[in-house]
Parts: sequence; C-alpha cells; structure tokens
Amino acid sequence: MNKRILRRLLITLAVTLLCIWRVTAYPGLVPSKQRVLDNVKLGLDLRGGIHMVLQVVTDDAIRAQTDQTIDSLRQELNKRNIVFRQIARTQTNTFQVVGVDPNKDSEFRAALNERFTEWDLISTGGEVPNTYTIRLKPAQEQAYRTQSVDQAIQTIRNRIDQLGVGEVVIQKHGGPGENEILVQLPGVSDPARVKSIMQSTAQLELKLVDSGPYPSQAAAAQNYGGVIPGNLEVLPSVERDGGSSEGTYYVVQQVASITGRDLKGAYPSRDENGRPAVSFNLNADGAQRFGRVTGENIGKMLAIVLDKRIQSAPRINGRITDSGIITGGASGFSPQAAQDLALVLRSGALPASIRYQEEEVVGPTLGADSIRAGLTAAVVALVSVVVFMLVYYRFSGINATVAMLLNLIVLFGALSYFGAALTLPGIAGVILTIGVGIDSNVLIFERIREELRAGKTALSAVITSFSRVFVTLVDTHLAALISAMFLFLFGTGPVKGFAVTLFIGLVSNMFTAVFVSRTLFEWTLNRHQRAQTLSI
Amino acid sequence: MIELFRDIKVDWLGKRKIFLAISGAVMLLGLVSLIAKRSFNYGVDFKGGTIVQVRFKQKPDIEKIRQLLRENGAQDSQPQEIAGRNDVLIEFQGAKEEDASAGRGVIINALNKGFPDQFEVLSAQSIGPKVGDDLKRQAVFATLYALGGILVYIAFRFEWIYGAAAVFAVFHDTLVTLGLFSIFNREINLTVIAALLTLVGYSVNDTIVVFDRVRENLKIRRRDDLETIMNDSINQTLSRTILTSGLTFLTVLALFIFGGEIISHFAFAMVVGIIVGTYSSIAIAAPLVLVYTNIRGRALPQPAAPARAAVSKGPRPKRAKDVAPKAG
Repeated sequence: MNKRILRRLLITLAVTLLCIWRVTAYPGLVPSKQRVLDNVKLGLDLRGGIHMVLQVVTDDAIRAQTDQTIDSLRQELNKRNIVFRQIARTQTNTFQVVGVDPNKDSEFRAALNERFTEWDLISTGGEVPNTYTIRLKPAQEQAYRTQSVDQAIQTIRNRIDQLGVGEVVIQKHGGPGENEILVQLPGVSDPARVKSIMQSTAQLELKLVDSGPYPSQAAAAQNYGGVIPGNLEVLPSVERDGGSSEGTYYVVQQVASITGRDLKGAYPSRDENGRPAVSFNLNADGAQRFGRVTGENIGKMLAIVLDKRIQSAPRINGRITDSGIITGGASGFSPQAAQDLALVLRSGALPASIRYQEEEVVGPTLGADSIRAGLTAAVVALVSVVVFMLVYYRFSGINATVAMLLNLIVLFGALSYFGAALTLPGIAGVILTIGVGIDSNVLIFERIREELRAGKTALSAVITSFSRVFVTLVDTHLAALISAMFLFLFGTGPVKGFAVTLFIGLVSNMFTAVFVSRTLFEWTLNRHQRAQTLSI
Repeated sequence: MIELFRDIKVDWLGKRKIFLAISGAVMLLGLVSLIAKRSFNYGVDFKGGTIVQVRFKQKPDIEKIRQLLRENGAQDSQPQEIAGRNDVLIEFQGAKEEDASAGRGVIINALNKGFPDQFEVLSAQSIGPKVGDDLKRQAVFATLYALGGILVYIAFRFEWIYGAAAVFAVFHDTLVTLGLFSIFNREINLTVIAALLTLVGYSVNDTIVVFDRVRENLKIRRRDDLETIMNDSINQTLSRTILTSGLTFLTVLALFIFGGEIISHFAFAMVVGIIVGTYSSIAIAAPLVLVYTNIRGRALPQPAAPARAAVSKGPRPKRAKDVAPKAG
C-alpha cells in the first residue's frame, strides 16, 4: 500500500479512536454508559432545571453607601463641633449639608478632605446659605456598583450552595453596566422556593425602642407632636394585638445597635412556646457592642428587625452579650421558613434588591420528551440520507456514509472536550451538520461524475475533483463559520448553543469530507491497482 | 448509474426579469401583510411575558381552562392545545419590571382551582420587557454582523459585486421568509432567528458554489460572454444544488415532523428557507451580478473578470457606489 495513503488512514483511525474514547471512557480506559452521560453534558432544556437572569438594582447599594456616609459625617461634624442645620440625601449618590456655621467653612472642608476622600464637593450654594452638596466620585460609584454585583453573586452562591444542587452556574451576565447575573440550577423545578431564598434580603437589625407600641403610624407621630425626629423612625411589627387586624407600630432609633454584619451564626431553634424560631450569635466585636447597649438600657425594649419589620420587641432584662432569638410573631414561623431564614442570615445580606429579568423552568418530563424527539429526528434524518446516498451513488455512498458518521463522532468528541452542553437547538445544529456533510459529499461526487463523463480515468477524476472542489468547500465553510461565529458572539442562550454545535460540525466536516473521504477513495482505487471504473 | 440531471440547458438568466418580478411581488406581499398587521407575531422571548406548558392526566376541557384563567387574573392569556397529547400551552402577556415570572404563579394558581393534582408543569418561561427588547435588538444585530462578515469574505475572495449580490440574495431570503411568517401568522421567537441565520448560511453556501463555478469557467473560457458562462455554471451545478437542497430538506422535514413542538417553528423557517434559499442563488444572485456587469460594461469596455483577491487589486469602478444601492 502506498505510504501516503497508509499515513492518512492511520491519522483518520487515530482521530476516530481518540474521539470515541473521549466520549465513552474519559478519564478512564473502559467505556461505560455512565461515562458517556458524564462526558456529554446536557443543557437545562434537555435535563430539566431552572434558568434565571437577575438584575441587581445597584442603586440600592449606592443609596446605602450615601446613607452610611451621611451618618459618619454627622458624627464627625459633632465631634469637631461644627454646627449645621440639617443633613440629608438628595439623590442616590448625592447629599446636602444645610446651614453649616459660616465661620467653620475651612474646618468643614478639612473634615471632608481628611475622612471622605471618595466624595466630591460639587457646590456650596443653595436656598439656604452655606449649603454644601456632596456627590460620590463617578469612578467610585462604578466601583461600588460592580462590587455590589460581585457581592450579590457571592451571597446568592452561598445560599444556593446550601440547597445542595450540583453543577450550579452563577455568573455575571450581559454587557458592562447591565448588572445582571445568570443562575442555572439543573434538576431543580421549584422556582418559588429558590427565589424566596435568593431574593430575601434578610437584613437583620437590632434597634432600641424609643416608645410604643402604637395602633397606627399616625398615633405614633402624634406622640412626637406630629413629626418624628430625624434620629427616630416608625416601623411596623409582625406581632398583632389579639384579634385586631391593625398592625402595631413602634418608634425606634434609626441607627441600629447591631446589624447582620455582626452575626457569627444563625440556626433554627424553638422559642419559649416551642414554636419554630431562629437563634443567632454575634462575633466578638458585635458581642462587645451588644453587651454595652443592653447593659446601658436595662428595662427598655429592643426591637429585632428583619427587612424593616419588627419580628419582636422583648424587654431587656439584663446585659446580653452574644446571642439572641428571632421569633415569628404571633403566628410563628413554619419549620421550612425558620430553616430558610437561618440559611439566608448565615449567608450574609444581599447588598441590593433583585429584579427577575428572565426565568425558564423545564420539568424533567419535558427534557426526556425533547431528547427522544431530537434523537428520533436525528436518526430518521441520518437513515434516510444514508439510504439515498447508497442508492444514488452505490459503493461511493458507503464512502459518504463513513465520512458522515465520522463527522458525528468527531463532533461529539469535540463537544465533550470543550465541555459544551448539548441543548435542543444544539441538536438542531447537529442535524444541520448532517446536512452540511451531505452537501460536501454531493458536491464532490457530482464533480467526479462530471470529470468521468469528460473521459478522465477514475484516479485522475478523483484527484481533479477533490482539488477543484476543495476551493469551493473552503469558501462555503469559511462563510458559514463566519456567520456561526457572529451567532456565538452576539447571540444568547439557545442561539449560542446552536452556534457551538454548528461551528464544531463545520470544522469537523472539513476534516471528514475532504481529508477522510479523499483518503478512502484513493485507498479503494489503490487496492484495485488498475481500476478504471469507479462505482459512483 | 442513476442520474437525475444530465446535460441540462436551461436559459436561467434569460428569465431574469421574470424571476426578479416574482421575488419583488412576494416581498411586497409580505410587506403589505406586515403593514396591515402592524407587527410580527412575536413569541414571549421578544415581547416579554410568560409561557407555561402543562401536561394534564386526561384530555382537558380547553373551555374550562380558558374560563379559569379569565376568572383568576389572567384575562389576556390564550390556552392552546398541542395536537396528539394532553398538553396545553398557556401564554401570559405582559411582564412586570420587578419580577418577570409573576405570570407563572397566576397561571398555576388558576389551574389549581379547577384541576387540583391533575396536571404537571412541563416548562415555564418568563421574559421581562427589557430583556425582550434587548433580545430583539441583539438578534437583528447578530444577523447584520453575520451578513457584513459574509459580504467582506466574498468580496475578498471574488469581487465586491459578487459579495453584494450574495448578501442581497440572502437579504431577499430573510425578507421572503419573514413575510411568510407574517402572512401565516406564525410566531417569531429566538429559535426562529436561529433558523433564519442558518438559512443565511445555507443560501450563501449555494450562491458560493455557483459563483465558484463561474470563476472557474471564466478562467477556462475567455471568449464566452458572462451570461453564457453563468447559465452553464448554474446548469453544471444544478444536479448538486437540487440533490443537496433535497437531502437537507429531508433532514429538516424529519425535524419538523419528529422534533417536537419547540423545534417546529425553527423547522418551519428552515423548510421555507431552503426552498427560498435555493431559488435565490439561481434566480437572484447571479442575475444581479450580470445586470451590474452589463450596466458597467457599457461604461467600461471590458467585462468584469472575477479573480482571486491577489489579482483583483485594480482600481475599483467609481460608479460602484451608485449602482449597488439601486440593485439592493
């Protein structure tokens, strides 16, 4: 046998075996069904699961940052004895200090420059003289937005991990400035629970109660002469008085004594009535502060606030340092709710609220249905094409069939190598790859027939045809690859899955239709040394 | 040896006016339909909303479902039976900005009131209004970029007019297919866009095969005029064109019949697209090149000789810019 042909046959064989091994046996040596299932990843639409795109409302994080800064600045100004009339947030990233003592202008600026370097003083004028408008630096603002998305991803991952779902995808999504997160949970089909765990901000705050309870917000305000002072706020309580449908309200300190950041742990437990509750303990820093606050305020009430709602407001009976309990109010928590609350408290607070942009749930039944439908279509397509090729091109049809099967083997080998998941549109891509494979073969065969009609010998017809058609195949494949590439780059979800299989299929088809098919032709002609006829 | 096509001598380019007229008419028809209907029948992925696929244990009473939905806060939703199965697709239009998937809960609650424990949710998809717009824009841009890439590639390999003609041909395919979607009121969703992009690839494929043959023949037969060479090239590649399209049609037909509900819109686009794509490579792309060359030929005595990129570095015709948009 011709050395060149032998070498080509060996390359073909090696690629085939490598791909078969990659799909059926990798990383071991013995093929098994389990290995196939591990190596060919299925997309969510085929195996069932949840796909979500969330948007982090980063404005929340900026607002929180501004509020926190206002608080620090207020303390700083008090410390430096700089008198001012009012300090308040005017936009998400801007606040105003109104009516600063005119003699303290330079001292005010110094305080700002020393301690608040992330902020710009953008104006000193206003309706009231000596009003300073202060805005977060744009670069800093962008950094906080990015940071809040990262933090949200981390928090969501912490929470989802505790659900014990395998192969979870949680990552940034969309372009810069979109602040989107992609979440994919294979095998999960209860989106309601996933969402309640994910979106719960679970912001825990312990606040001293100034007065209360009141039957309504208005009643609370009345007690302060109609206007609640700036350092206090009214919060609703989940506890209800007996059968009254009206909620109760407390007036509490606006600044929390302890927040979720001081938490060390949280776990489900039971309250004194044996109902499900959540116990928490604090880290060293938090415990120290908690001890001081409770020690100084014995006899007063302390509100345990979760997401701006008072869960309970027990009276402080003595100095408490490092632990507490959150009860579910009069109706109590359900065991599942207590468990989930403990989970979200442990995982840390979300820095901002979340919007659900996109959600797709595929049940396991539909996934199995789709696999069956996709496979049926692929097999029917393949068989009908093979039958046609064998009838129309006789022995050369075998050649085409081998090339086409090999194309599929290489395609799946590559999919498994790149770890690309096979999706339903991906199966469509596979079927189209079969179509492209046919086209290449038909193009070559028709050309060979044409050359034979022109009176060439079998071998020379094969060689001429392959070299002529090669140019055409390169042109058609490159053009298709270019469009597949754009689909991959700019497409989303299903379009992307389709582009991946199409792209790989086109590349592997170049190999099988040109290299393998030609080798097979030359091999056949070479074996029958004086072959003047070709079964085509 | 079975041969379906041999020694065909059809004067394709002689009928170019008829072809161009037919294509123009079909495109116009689609345009009229689109204007009359104001908008395409977009799927939830483009307009925002929720679509839920539910499987019932027994064949459900679709009227009862419709009534349940109407009474329980899902007035706009249209339940739709899937033939041959106990499945129902329910669309819920309009999605909230905060939570696009609110519609799913509304639909499931409504069904629970009338069919407790008698159904299973096979799938639910929710898309927010902003995402829908984003996806629509992305799809349009992906298509335009893909077309641009193809134009540049063919212009590089042949001459710019060949690239322009190929791109116009696929543009024509896309318009005709979209027009048919509008006429038959078929839904346009993301998978249909994938199909449109695939048929762009296929149509360009067909066109390149013909152009390649034209290029080859131009090199061998320098005395014949472009029209004869183009006719011969189309006829020489005709058996391949019909066989390939026929076989691809077969695979897509398999997809349409066996591929299930989700793939069916995709398959419909492909079935239409293959027919249109094959037609356009013969009846649109080549005639456009000829029409352009004839116009240019009157100004410049030499016919455009397609050549490889390395050869075609000659000065570009100044009138190119004036002619191309008119042809397009």
